[in-house]
Amino acid sequence: MVEQQQSQEPQSAATAVRQSIVVRAPQERAFAIFTERMGSWWPLDNYALGTQPVVDAVVEPRAGGRWYERSEDGSEVDWGRVVAWEPPDRVVLTWELSADFRPDPRIQTEVELRFSPDGAHRTRVELEHRGLEAYGERTAEMRETYGSDGGWAGLLRAYAATAESGA
Amino acid sequence: MTALGDPTRQAIFERLVERPRPVGELAGELPVSRPAVSQHLKVLKDAGLVVDRKAGTRRVYQVDPQAVADLRAYFDAFWDQSLAAFRDAVEHEEQRDG
Repeated sequence: MVEQQQSQEPQSAATAVRQSIVVRAPQERAFAIFTERMGSWWPLDNYALGTQPVVDAVVEPRAGGRWYERSEDGSEVDWGRVVAWEPPDRVVLTWELSADFRPDPRIQTEVELRFSPDGAHRTRVELEHRGLEAYGERTAEMRETYGSDGGWAGLLRAYAATAESGA
Repeated sequence: MTALGDPTRQAIFERLVERPRPVGELAGELPVSRPAVSQHLKVLKDAGLVVDRKAGTRRVYQVDPQAVADLRAYFDAFWDQSLAAFRDAVEHEEQRDG
């Protein structure tokens, strides 16, 4: 199935986040590491659902495939689905998790990744996470969960610290 | 395609992102009744995404910029960390495999 490229509607921009990063690897390899080997880099200690230690994050390599985490005990929890699978250029995933990383079918957001060459041995990876208005009905709850110092604010400080130390 | 929540509510929200609007105007632009628009606005307001104010005899609704900024800050921070971890993994592998 060929996905129609969604036009970027400017009014949706308010509830989408976009980021890009350049990695020192050819495009096919960057795509493969992002998808086939997600478990090797995804910050599983911080962002995973199960009560058991999570050992892997899996993107099934086909449109309609699952996107899920796997725990040490073999149990699996779905994060979303693969909407478009176009290696090594593009992958679109649904993201169906609440702000505290629990499966929530009311949350239907979409994550699109585009890979393009940036010189001979580098790849630009562009990410768009859109449809964040789906969190609208949960915003009050998110504020409660994360608004306290140990919650959201603390989490943001942790992100910042990690990002800086990793740079 | 994926359903991003309720499509009517999304359409209302997107119109309010463009500019503040009264209920009547939203109902005029969308194929739903005015009470239905009011109901969706109530959900958006209860969620803290939308605020309203009185302008003469009308009530005008607008997006709460703080709520939207909070949402985006949350996911920006999340992806910032995740993409940095991805870049580090790619570059470690490239070094190792030469």
